[in-house]
Amino acid sequence: MAIVSEKEKIRNYILRHITVLDEDVVIGDDDDIFELGFVDSMFAMQLVHFVEKESGVAVSSEELTLANFSTVANLHALLLRKCNHG
Amino acid sequence: MADPHSVLDGVRLFVDQEIRPRAAEFDRNEAIPRDLIRSMAERGYLAAPFPPELGGMGLDPMAYGHTTAEVGRGCSSVRTLLTVHTSVVGETLLRWGTPQQKTRYLPAMARGELLAAFALSEPDVGSDAKAVTTTYSRRGGGFVLNGQKKWISFGLAADILLVLASHGGRTTTFVVDAAKTTRTPIRGMLGVRGSQLATIDFVDVEVSPDDVVGGEGLGFEYVVQSALDFGRASVAWGALGVAQEALDVMMRYARTRRQFGEPIGNFQLIKGILADAVTDVHAACALCERMGAQRANRDLDATIETNMAKYFVSRVAARVTSDAVQVLGANGCSGDHPAERMYRDAKVLEIIEGSSQIQQLLIAKFGLNRYGR
Repeated sequence: MAIVSEKEKIRNYILRHITVLDEDVVIGDDDDIFELGFVDSMFAMQLVHFVEKESGVAVSSEELTLANFSTVANLHALLLRKCNHG
Repeated sequence: MADPHSVLDGVRLFVDQEIRPRAAEFDRNEAIPRDLIRSMAERGYLAAPFPPELGGMGLDPMAYGHTTAEVGRGCSSVRTLLTVHTSVVGETLLRWGTPQQKTRYLPAMARGELLAAFALSEPDVGSDAKAVTTTYSRRGGGFVLNGQKKWISFGLAADILLVLASHGGRTTTFVVDAAKTTRTPIRGMLGVRGSQLATIDFVDVEVSPDDVVGGEGLGFEYVVQSALDFGRASVAWGALGVAQEALDVMMRYARTRRQFGEPIGNFQLIKGILADAVTDVHAACALCERMGAQRANRDLDATIETNMAKYFVSRVAARVTSDAVQVLGANGCSGDHPAERMYRDAKVLEIIEGSSQIQQLLIAKFGLNRYGR
């Protein structure tokens, strides 16, 4: 997996799912997408599926924290950890 | 892993012999007898998607879906048992439970020694499920729950409950010993009457920290969403079963019922109804199988495909059962005929596990995101 481009892939995945009628949304690496109101409950689960699909490893209940899924940077870090350690 | 084809053959036979002939009795008595549940457990049907090491058959989402549809053909109340016990609670514990929770609950659920129900809805909380008013608070080393849940399928029969409760704006999901609650039966529902609905009161119900599922504070976002996703898949397949059964009933009647000296299936207006029903059922089956394949492949769109399948197929079930009643005329309106029960049962499918209107919101959002950009 080309992990170098993974951050942009995460950002694009999020933008593709949250920008329904507003095409000009920008998300920084450390913007909290939960606090910004971009994440409904269904998308929260989709983010879990995204991490699992990208890493090929199931997200455990211990990893189910808001922090892990709240920013592009944190999602990237979680993905890296899962790719490296499962 | 069990061979899916032989499992499906076995389920078909079991439905023909043990479920369909008794479906009217379950509806009339508003209960599924324990002997039937024991028989299902002995055959592995209560744990079809669980892995063998936890007492299951290891069926994938497609094979388990077809199994659910077969049970749904025979009786929607029995299918509801699979939906809440096996799919909503069982598969959710399999997904988010700790290793201890899995070994403690799932094998006993597979054997039918523990029946499980999902306690989410409340008297004033339905579609806006995150707004639950049942609360939890810390006491000693554990938690206590207070509040009331309503419309809980198999709430009367369950030994354990998967419960969503809130505290300080966050929600957590717990496995609760049902014996610690007070349960009141809800009778006289429109359909799926055998599913033993209950109102459940929690008064200082103590729960061990070992029975928190999926971590504290994220119950709605992750655990409940998973539970509803498993539930929607199950309801979609169950709805397919009802629609297929109604189609069979309708066609059989149209071939044999004679009016004006010929089978009513010869009349063009009846043919119009029959053609729509066949097309609807085929489309519903295709959508369920697309969902099953995506779930088996862990496709990123599997969740929204599940929403679409639940939305579409439950509407098909309502439409086809309504048309079956129409084709059968007075016979279709009689409680002596299964079409009447299926018609009542099918309507419920458009409401449970997220109403059609909630599904429309989610599907429209998906469409706006995906197409025409």
